[in-house]
Amino acid sequence: MVEPLNTYGLLTMVLSITIVVALMIFCLVKVLKLPPVDGVDHLKGPLEIDTGDTSDAD
Amino acid sequence: MSVDGIKQAASDGWGSRIGVILAVAGSAVGLGNFLRFPKEAAANGGGEFMIPYFVSLLILGIPLCWAEWTMGRYGGMRGFNSAPGIYRKVGGGKVSMYFGVVGLMMPLVVYMYYVLIEAWCLSYALQYLSGDLLIGSGGQIDVLISEAAAKNPDLSKGEIESQAFNNFFSQFVGEEKDGLALGGAGSNWLWVIPTVFLFNFVLIYRGISRGIEQFCRVAMPLMAVLAIIVLIRVLTLGTPNPANPDGNVLNGLGFMWNPKGGDGESYLWRPATWLAAAGQIFFSLSVGFGIIINYASYLKKEDDVVLSGLTSSSVNEFFEVCLGGLITIPAAFIFLGIAGATTGGFGLSFAALPNVFALMPGGQIFGFLWFFMLFLAAITSSVSMLQPVIAFLEEGFGLKRHASVAILGLISAMGTLFVLYFSKGLTALDSFDFWVGTFLIYVLAMFQAILYGWVLGIKRGSEAAHEGANMRIPTVVQYMLKYVTPVFLLVIFAAFCWKELPSKAELITTIDDIAYDSLSANEVPQPIIAALTNNDETPPEIVNRSMTVSAFGTKRYWLYTDVDAPPAYLIRPASKADGIEVAQWKPGKLASIFASTEATLSITFLAILALFLLLLVHIAGKRWERDGRFA
Repeated sequence: MVEPLNTYGLLTMVLSITIVVALMIFCLVKVLKLPPVDGVDHLKGPLEIDTGDTSDAD
Repeated sequence: MSVDGIKQAASDGWGSRIGVILAVAGSAVGLGNFLRFPKEAAANGGGEFMIPYFVSLLILGIPLCWAEWTMGRYGGMRGFNSAPGIYRKVGGGKVSMYFGVVGLMMPLVVYMYYVLIEAWCLSYALQYLSGDLLIGSGGQIDVLISEAAAKNPDLSKGEIESQAFNNFFSQFVGEEKDGLALGGAGSNWLWVIPTVFLFNFVLIYRGISRGIEQFCRVAMPLMAVLAIIVLIRVLTLGTPNPANPDGNVLNGLGFMWNPKGGDGESYLWRPATWLAAAGQIFFSLSVGFGIIINYASYLKKEDDVVLSGLTSSSVNEFFEVCLGGLITIPAAFIFLGIAGATTGGFGLSFAALPNVFALMPGGQIFGFLWFFMLFLAAITSSVSMLQPVIAFLEEGFGLKRHASVAILGLISAMGTLFVLYFSKGLTALDSFDFWVGTFLIYVLAMFQAILYGWVLGIKRGSEAAHEGANMRIPTVVQYMLKYVTPVFLLVIFAAFCWKELPSKAELITTIDDIAYDSLSANEVPQPIIAALTNNDETPPEIVNRSMTVSAFGTKRYWLYTDVDAPPAYLIRPASKADGIEVAQWKPGKLASIFASTEATLSITFLAILALFLLLLVHIAGKRWERDGRFA
């Protein structure tokens, strides 16, 4: 039996998406608002980091 | 291990906070978010599925993630980046260290077959550009449609196309016989496999921050953009085929999201729904994979693990619920109806969805974007599977990146070639996926839950988690990790084993108009054939039959539809009433090991690999003890 999206389905879909999006936005905003750790986020991009074991990689 | 080796392992690390979050989220976001989740939800109550799903996220997924992040950072701060070293540091015993074999084997073996699926995704994306997958472009799919139409003139146009797309995938991966993937219809695209394989190794060779992190910083946002483009296309399809008014967006969304239970038959009361929801959360977040523990080990004392763990889980959920839940099943339903949306195995991803894009306006570009997006989802996961073993080789044997990458490349290439060659029925891939990619995940997750809750202890665990933390884990979560999560996991694991391991006879019907004693192994009486024939469809072709006698002297008759496969049907006396039971025989995973050469060889391969890794862990452990690393 084919049934179009009904009220309960719409409610479930909207509620599920809202919960997930709200959680993600809450977390990302919190992460992006944090001060950088030891200045790493601001002072060094990934390319500048010396990981030691890859000194002979390229 | 040399002193240099310690310094070398300890010095690898993340470049930024958001980088590690994207990398862990990239590891978790994979094909399962777009293909497994929607299928599980639609099959287990639609909207009702979301209640057990979110409950499982709260009591299983997020707490286990936090435990794994915490133990990883705990081990990393004490000089270990690999599972054997971290487990021993956390657990303090040799048994814990040897359990690290599972933490190494899991990502390594999953990589061996996952990289192939990744290559299929890229090949399919490229075949949209070349036109091979477009109906009417004179490509390979047109040839297969003509062949299917010639063979089955009675089938409808839709059925013929569906069969052609199934055949396309089957030929592409060489499902018909072993070795066909290397020289069959898909061999034109064979170059994609080594290319993708090498690309993974180039990323891992560059290290954590210059390889994995840098790639995930680009790939994750790109993946989101591509998925959103395809999502907008699907949601604006309306009713693409006026001749099929039921195939519209609202019906597609209804099939996915409408609560399906009713009249006291709610899916919420079915244990299978809870099992499916817990399993989905568990696999989706990549807990028990040995990856998070390795990634977290590169974090420093002042780094946060609580907010980072929650953020990467929430990003994974966004891809799964908001994108996977709105694209896959609605799209398949709009064009192919219920049959297309419920296709099992690889059928949905590599047969039904290509069929959907072939019928969709602008399908060439959207098909390319979709499969390229799946490729990105897969590669951000596969690249994470290599790092745990690299870390072990480096810190266990003092190897440099060159040597560890070369050794891992050799081992994983052997496994990938094994799966690629033994392509018949995709049995080798299925065996690897079941015994390592599914069964062992439960084992490792249970071990990690116990290690955190009972060995490290929730007091020490809480202290370790909150070092550098930017948010607090509620105390109740710690108690949940100690008492609820391991029990919940154990129940799921027991139910999973009960469902998957033993062979089962599923009753089709009971018939009472023939005498059981009159049956013989040489013939199948008409009433039984009629019972096997569902709704006047074509009866199954019985190619062989046999009779066995149970320990209690009961005769059982077995019917085969394929001479090389286990029996398909079982005829036996009815257990509760007079008559004869006709049942479908579903071989369990244990019986399947010996059912085919490919399955037996796969298990042998896995056993040899496990022994090899055990030996390596043993040697590394001796070196660590000698160097006083556990003091």
